[in-house]
This record gives sequence, C-alpha cells and structure tokens, in this order.
Amino acid sequence: MSNVNSHLADRKYFIGGFFILVVIIYIVRLFYIQLIDDQYKIGADKNALRRTTEYAVRGYIFDRKGKILVYNEPSYDLMIVPRETKGCDTLGLCAILEITKEEYLKRIKKACQHPNSARKESIFEKQLSKETYAILQEKLFRFKGFFFQKRAIRKYPKPIAAHLMGYVGEVSKEKAKKDPYYREGDYIGKSGIELSYEEALRGQKGVQYQITDVNNKTVGRYMKGKYDTLAISGKPLYSSIDAELQEYGEKLMRGKKGAIVAIEPSTGEILCLISSPTYDPNSLVSGKERNKSFARMYADTINVPLFNRALTAMYPPGSTFKLIDALIAQNDGVINRSTFYPCQMGYPPMGGKPKCHSHGGGKSLVGSIAVSCNSYYSYVFRDIVDQRKYPNFVDGYTHWRDMVKTFGPGTRLGTDLPYDKPGNVPSVEYYNKVFGKGGWRSNTIVSLGIGQAELTLVPLQMANVVAIIANKGFYYTPHCIKGVGKEKYLDPKFKEKHYAGVQKQEYYDIVIEGMEGALQPGGTAFASRLKDIVVCGKTGTAQNPHGKDHAVFLAFAPKENPKIVIACLVENAGFGGVWSAPIVTLLMEKYLKGKTDRPEIEKRIMEANLINGSILITDDID
Amino acid sequence: MQSRGQNSLFYGVDRLTILLYVIMVLFGWLNIYAAVYNEAHSNIFDMTQKYGKQLLWMAGAAVIAFSVLLIDADFFTAFAYVFYGVMIVANILVRLVGREIKGSHSWFEIGDFRLQPAEFIKFSMALALAKFLSNQQIAINTQFRLRWRDLVKNYKNTFIALAIILIPLVLVKKLQDETGLALVFIAFFIVLYREGLSVGVLMIGMLVAILFVVALVVANTMSVLISLGVLALLSFLIIPRNGKNLLMVGLVFVMAAGVVLGSNYVYKKLEPHQKDRIDVLLGNKKDLKGVGYNVDQSKKAIGSGGFFGKGYLQGTQTKYDFVPEQETDFIFCTVGEEWGFFGSTIVIFLELFLILRVIFLSERQRSSFSRIYGYGVASILFFHLAVNIGMTIGLMPVIGIPLPFFSYGGSSLWSFTILLFIFIKLDANRLLILR
Ligand SMILES: [Zn+2]
Repeated sequence: MSNVNSHLADRKYFIGGFFILVVIIYIVRLFYIQLIDDQYKIGADKNALRRTTEYAVRGYIFDRKGKILVYNEPSYDLMIVPRETKGCDTLGLCAILEITKEEYLKRIKKACQHPNSARKESIFEKQLSKETYAILQEKLFRFKGFFFQKRAIRKYPKPIAAHLMGYVGEVSKEKAKKDPYYREGDYIGKSGIELSYEEALRGQKGVQYQITDVNNKTVGRYMKGKYDTLAISGKPLYSSIDAELQEYGEKLMRGKKGAIVAIEPSTGEILCLISSPTYDPNSLVSGKERNKSFARMYADTINVPLFNRALTAMYPPGSTFKLIDALIAQNDGVINRSTFYPCQMGYPPMGGKPKCHSHGGGKSLVGSIAVSCNSYYSYVFRDIVDQRKYPNFVDGYTHWRDMVKTFGPGTRLGTDLPYDKPGNVPSVEYYNKVFGKGGWRSNTIVSLGIGQAELTLVPLQMANVVAIIANKGFYYTPHCIKGVGKEKYLDPKFKEKHYAGVQKQEYYDIVIEGMEGALQPGGTAFASRLKDIVVCGKTGTAQNPHGKDHAVFLAFAPKENPKIVIACLVENAGFGGVWSAPIVTLLMEKYLKGKTDRPEIEKRIMEANLINGSILITDDID
Repeated sequence: MQSRGQNSLFYGVDRLTILLYVIMVLFGWLNIYAAVYNEAHSNIFDMTQKYGKQLLWMAGAAVIAFSVLLIDADFFTAFAYVFYGVMIVANILVRLVGREIKGSHSWFEIGDFRLQPAEFIKFSMALALAKFLSNQQIAINTQFRLRWRDLVKNYKNTFIALAIILIPLVLVKKLQDETGLALVFIAFFIVLYREGLSVGVLMIGMLVAILFVVALVVANTMSVLISLGVLALLSFLIIPRNGKNLLMVGLVFVMAAGVVLGSNYVYKKLEPHQKDRIDVLLGNKKDLKGVGYNVDQSKKAIGSGGFFGKGYLQGTQTKYDFVPEQETDFIFCTVGEEWGFFGSTIVIFLELFLILRVIFLSERQRSSFSRIYGYGVASILFFHLAVNIGMTIGLMPVIGIPLPFFSYGGSSLWSFTILLFIFIKLDANRLLILR
C-alpha cells in the first residue's frame, strides 16, 4: 500500500507542472495581446472616445388617401462631457445660450451627478433654436467638451387631429427604469396613436463611437465603426383617417363642445374622430412650448381641450338607444312590425312619465322610430324585462342587459387608441343598492328604455352601434391604423367579425326603415335630409343634469351598401335634430360626394357658438 | 506551553496562505471599485453601489473565516456527508422557492442581498469526496485493464466517486441552468487522478475531447473520417501486422469514428447560444455583436493596458461600459486595462502561488482525508483561474464563473472562503493527528 502511495505521490509533480504550464501559456498570451499586438491599442492617448446615440427616424403617419398627417423636423440638443470641458470658453457659451454663469455651473453640477457622470455625455441644452445652433456650430472648437446630438421633433402639416395623434415627450423616470430600451431624455409617445403604436413608430436607436482630438473635433469613427450599431427607422403608419373629412368636421365643430366619430362599417376603419374644442398639435412638439401650452390647457377647466371626448366622455345615448330596444324586442318576439302603442304626451302606465312630444298620437314600430316616441319605448322596455319566459323580472332585466352589451355598451371596445372608456349599463347589484332588494320594478327604471338614467356610452360606442345596424348584425372593432410598416400589417383582431345578439336581417330592415323615416316628412331630422343620398338616422337628446341637454345624431349612408356611419354629439345644444343632424349630413356629403351643396346650412353651423359656462362631468358611474 | 498554543485560534495555521488570501481579497475590492466607479457615488461605504456591498460581503467572509477556525477539525470529517446532503437539498429547494434572475432559479434573496447555494456545493463535495476516498483500502482502481468480468469489481469505487461528482453537476445544470457552476465539478477529476484514477481512463477522456474539438473545427465530418481511416492504414504499416493488432487498430478506429459522429450529433442538439460560444472560440464564426462581442471587448480592454496599464481608475474601455459584467466574471479586464501586463501577471501569480501552496500543504498531511480535501481545494481554484482568465483573453469559451477572491459577489467570496479555511483548519490540525 505504501508502495502504491509513494508511486501516486509522484503525480503531484504532474499536477503542479500542468498548473504551471497553463499559467505560462496564459502569460505568454497576455504578453502578446498587451505588449506586441497593436490591434488592441486605442489611437493616440490624448484622443477621447465619445459615444453618441443615433436616434431612429420616427415613423410618419399617413391618412387614408396617402396625405402626410405627421412627419419629422431635425432639432439639435447641446451635449456635454463635463470631464472634457477644461479650457472651454465658458463666458462665450453663456452669452450665446443667454444664461448666467451660475446657471452654467448649476447645469455642470447636474451633469456630474447620478445618473449622469462627469465621464459620460448628458444633455446641456435641449432643442436649440436654428439660430443658436448655427452660431454654436461655427464656434464649437472653443467649447471643449460640448457637442451636438441630432434629434427630431414632430411636425404636422395641418393643425388637425390633435387628439388622435397624441404627442411625443420625454420618457418618464419610472418608464426609463422599467424598460431598458429607454434612457432618460429619450422621446416616447405619450398619448393617442403615438402612444399605442410607440414600438412600431420609434424604430431602433443606434450607437456610434467617435474619436475626438484635442480641438474637440471629431476625427473619425472608433475602430472604423466596428462597434457602432445603425439606427433602424421607425415604421410608417397608414391610418384610415380621411384628413379632409377630419379637417372639415373640426371646422364644423368650432365654437361647440362635443365629439364626432365616423366609421366605415364594412371594415371598422375610423374615418374621422373629433373631440372639440381641440388644439394645434404643433403646440406640443417642442419642450418649452409644450410646457406653456399644457399650462394653458390645463387651466381651461371649462373647455378641457386635452380631454378626448370621443373616447372618454360618457354620455347618456338618449333616444338613439331606442334602436337597440327595437332590435332586442323583435328578437325576443315581444313586438313586431304591427305592434301599436298609444302615446298621451307621455307613458300612460306611469302617469305620463317619461314625457313625450306631440307627434299625432300612437304609432306602430316603424313610425315610433321616425318620430322617436318615448311612450312606445317605455312599453317596449317593459315588454322585454317582464316577458313571461322569465319568472322573475330581475332575470328579465339581466337578459336585457346582456343583450345590450352584445352591441358594445358596458365594455371597452378594444380599439387601437389608448384610454377609451367602457360606458355603463347599470347592473342588478347597482339597483339593489339604490332601491333595496325587491324595491324596484321594470317601471321604476323604465327611462333606461329611452336611453336616459344611468345608461352611458362614449361617442365611439355610439358610432359602433350604428355600424352594427348598417351591417345588419356585426361589427369590426373600430381602429384608426389600417397598416403598420411597408408590409401594411394589420393586427388580426381588427379582421375578426363580432356578432351582436340580434341576427335576423328583417328586424334590422324594419329599424332601418324607421331610421330612413326620420329624414322624411314628419321625421325628427327632416330638415337635414339630402336630395341625392338616402340617409338613415336617429336623433337623440342626452339628458344633462348640469345644464342644457346634449344633442345626439347617429346615422349611416347610403341606405344600400352603407359607406359611412357617423355619431355626433354636441354638448348643451338641446334637441339632436337641430344641431347634430345637419353636421352629420354635411360630413356625409363631404365624404360621399367630395363637396357640400348646402352653403346656408354650412354657414349657420360654422358660425354658431354654443359654448356657455357649463361644467363637463367625466366621472364614471360604476 | 503546548496547551496554550493549541488553544490559540491561530495555532498551526499557515500564515502564508492567509496572507495570500487577504492580499487577493483587498486587491479584488480595489478593482471592483474601479469597475463600477462613478463620481457621484465615490464614497466607498455607499451601499447602493457594488463596492459598498462587497465591503459587507468581505466583513461576512472574515466572520466566516474565524468561525471555521474555531470549529474542531474533526467536525468537518464527521459531518462531511451531512454537508453534502444539506447542500443538495438546498439546491433542489432553491429551484422551488428561489428568485429568478436572468432566467435561472438559483438565488435565495434576503433584502438587497442574494446568495446562490450552488456555489456552496463546492466545499461540501470536496468534503464528501475526501471522506469517501479516504475510507477505502485502495481508493480507486490504479490499473487500466479492460476485462469485463473485473470491471464491476475493480471500478465500483470509481463509479461511486463519479456519482458523488456527477449528481450535483447534473442537478445544478438541469434544475438551475448554471452551466458554468456545473462544469466546475469537472475539476474533481484532478483529485481522482491524484488518488489513483488510471492514466488510461484519463487519456481516453482527453482523446475523446480532442477528437470532439477537431471534428467541430474541421466542420466536415467526412474529411475527418477519411483522415482517420488513412491514419489507421498508416499505423498498420508501422506496427507488426498480426491479428491482435489488427483488432486493436480496428477497434480504435471505430471508437474514434463514433466520437466524431457523436460530436456532430451533440453539436446539433446544443442550444443556439451554446453553439455560438463554441463557434466563436473555434473561430468558425466572427460575431462581434453577440457572444464574440464580449470576448473582443474584453481582449481590447486588456490589450489596451500595455505594460504598466493606464493607472488606477483611468481605464476608458471599462468606464465606457464596453465590457459586460466587468465587476463579476470580467473583473480581470479592469486589472488588465488599469494595471497592465505587470499587474495581470502579479494577479495570475498570486492565484497560482496560492494553489501551489495548497498542494504543498496537502502533500504534508498525514491523514488522507486532509490531503484529498486539499487537492479538491487546489483543483477548484485552478479550474476557476484557468476558465475565467482564459475566457477574458479568448482562450476559453465564455462560461460565467468568477475569478476566485477577485470577482464581485457574496456567494462566491463566501464559498471560496469556507473552502480555503476548512483546509487551513485541517492543516493546522495535522500535528494533532497521531495516526
Ligand atoms: Zn310619443
């Protein structure tokens, strides 16, 4: 055994020898790369290495006819590497930038502090004006440690569609921390399309390593650009918006508060989306100006211009909701074309409440839509909720609510714009809370049938309801981008058909007949009829407990093979037929014919100023 | 007098080893400070920065070192298997309750600090292997004999020893996907060699490895097979042509061909990122943006150091964050850039000196347990040294394992401290062992 051990003990020499051999190989290798091979040396010692970010060109956005909605303009930031500023003409720089020496020192200090560093570049002055940039560029050799960083800011050829486009701003600290793509000072989409398509629009930024000499001049790419990464441009977006229609709609809505949403029913493409009052999107593109504009618009609590009414303002649909009731009731078999209900300027079973207007007595189904009879739809609502097949009216109400939700209200539509609201269809639990369990009947809440009370929709949902009727039973989720990038990619979720709870064509035909009647003699929107286009519409008046009622009009055209559906809501404008219906039909003319034939109506609308001091209510009623 | 000396904490400890340890840990910290240096946080006690945290880890390491020296040396012998068992359980547990970092569940988290139990398998495996091998009459087979009926009898102990090594390896790789840590256990083959593993087995292993690499470099399986065939024919011309030799040459050829084909198969089964690492190392692929980027940046940082380096805190490559993970696995870049060839050589010599010192001390042990454990320590340290520095200078594939006593990180510092100080304690105890 000892023999074996002593034999094995020799192995220590092999092991030790092996270790030493490996170390010698490593040291020879080190000797080679550190002392002999030149390819690892950085040029001359006095040269500094500078990293600059190459920002990707943000994607352009086009309208449905190929017109540019937004593009970019170059802009320059003045950057600093504090450690390299020895020998910089400080006073000269302060004079050009119009800042004091104290301000200069303050900024230097900030550039040295975390997360910045004296060795690394950070922004000294954002978005230089063209003049300042020109002067600085000439004298840059005097300002050691400073250089330019090329950026781009958004530019809108026409001051339209501000809410749709959204805006681009500096990334928040929290976001920069969470998402490794962003560094502080980077730009990011903050709202609208800029936000929801940020990833496609932004592209991919690149990095360049440059060598600079003692005169602060770039003398070349480090290692011939071996470590640089190229920026990849953002993807263009092809939107479904019709810039002309959008602009015309915004003109019509001038001096009014409200929203317009137009959709192509056969695709779900949004043709225009207007929230009024609006603002010039160019006022939010550059940092300093943006702060001023924001301060001004935040202060405007009466008009709330930053608020996108089309997606987030929840309004009672008013009489326009009768369309959904009529469809559900037919589907349930509780009414048909010949069902007749009396009207005595109000709903008889509840002593004339809700009230109705004078329209020549009782009506049958088609007529009830054309004249918008409140009594008729109080009966219809009661018929649906109290149907015999539901032993309990609570089950009947739940059935009504479920059917309504298949038309969109009560859930977010899932469009490609951020922040849309779901609207509200009150739940059984809600009424149990308000009236107590068993403390309510169908007649207690009968005003739901005429689109009042707690029922609310956002204008986008209203337009979608009309799209369902125009399509006779289905819709595509409304979206405003129809193609991302050159390949025009469209998210498959926007190609998917969604079906409403009512599917029989003839039920839709009857409702559409009534809507056609609204623009015929005796109808609620007769004054807004078009000579050569058959428009089917429905007026509504959204009750407003805080002031004058809101005017609503929903319509599609033409009757056969509909090309456009529009929802228009004008706040504090009273009856829907007076203000909303003419706006809608003007837009339809513009879209379908390219021009309008009714200058006197156009003039009346454009010159009207309906903004008074009422306060907008934006709270959810959940 | 003797009893007073024996009671002293430092009785019999090898001061030179401890001195080397302290020098390396302190120099390591200086380099961590340089690697993450930031003007805004230059206070060395800033706990939001890694150098601040490393100070805490170092204080903990000191406590651990003293504790190990206080414990009776027999304790480590007696509880060797228990340590081994506990560490295996901890490593299974971490898969279930551990925190996921970079895709692998291998960390326990306490507040801002994290521990990786896989690091601590190292010393427990060294203990378990030492206990197992020291218990045997003849540790493992000392002869290379391919007689099948003797195989089980002769190689039983070899197989158990292999199992002790391979179980944690598979565990760490499969459960936690820590390839680097798993590969460390290969180092124990050096221990097996010292304790008698036959040269034949080691040679076969090496031949397989060489063929494997050749097959991958040449990339053309057919040409390798043909040249192997030519080689077999040539050898046949040189050696006496009899039936036995013919059989032997044929057998070797078939085995070699098997390895070549096998290497191709294994390579195809590798994950893309593993393939990349091998390809970049072998020069099959120039990929400067991906895996090759790390190595290239690392070589450049080291290469730009020259003879005396750029000076402390003056490195530009490391300051511009060119080098990834420069305070952990790539800490040697900071050494190379700021201290130059001079400093790099000193660091490598410090490590080598410590390893050779441990081997020297191992050989003077009377107890085979202490000797085997000592070889375990030396082998692990050497494997880390060779792979870590080899990786930064482009001689080894990028395998994420730390440089002992230099890299940032509590788990590795503590694990190396325990590993080394148990040996120091065993060594201090050698004079008390009468056997
Ligand atoms: Zn009526």
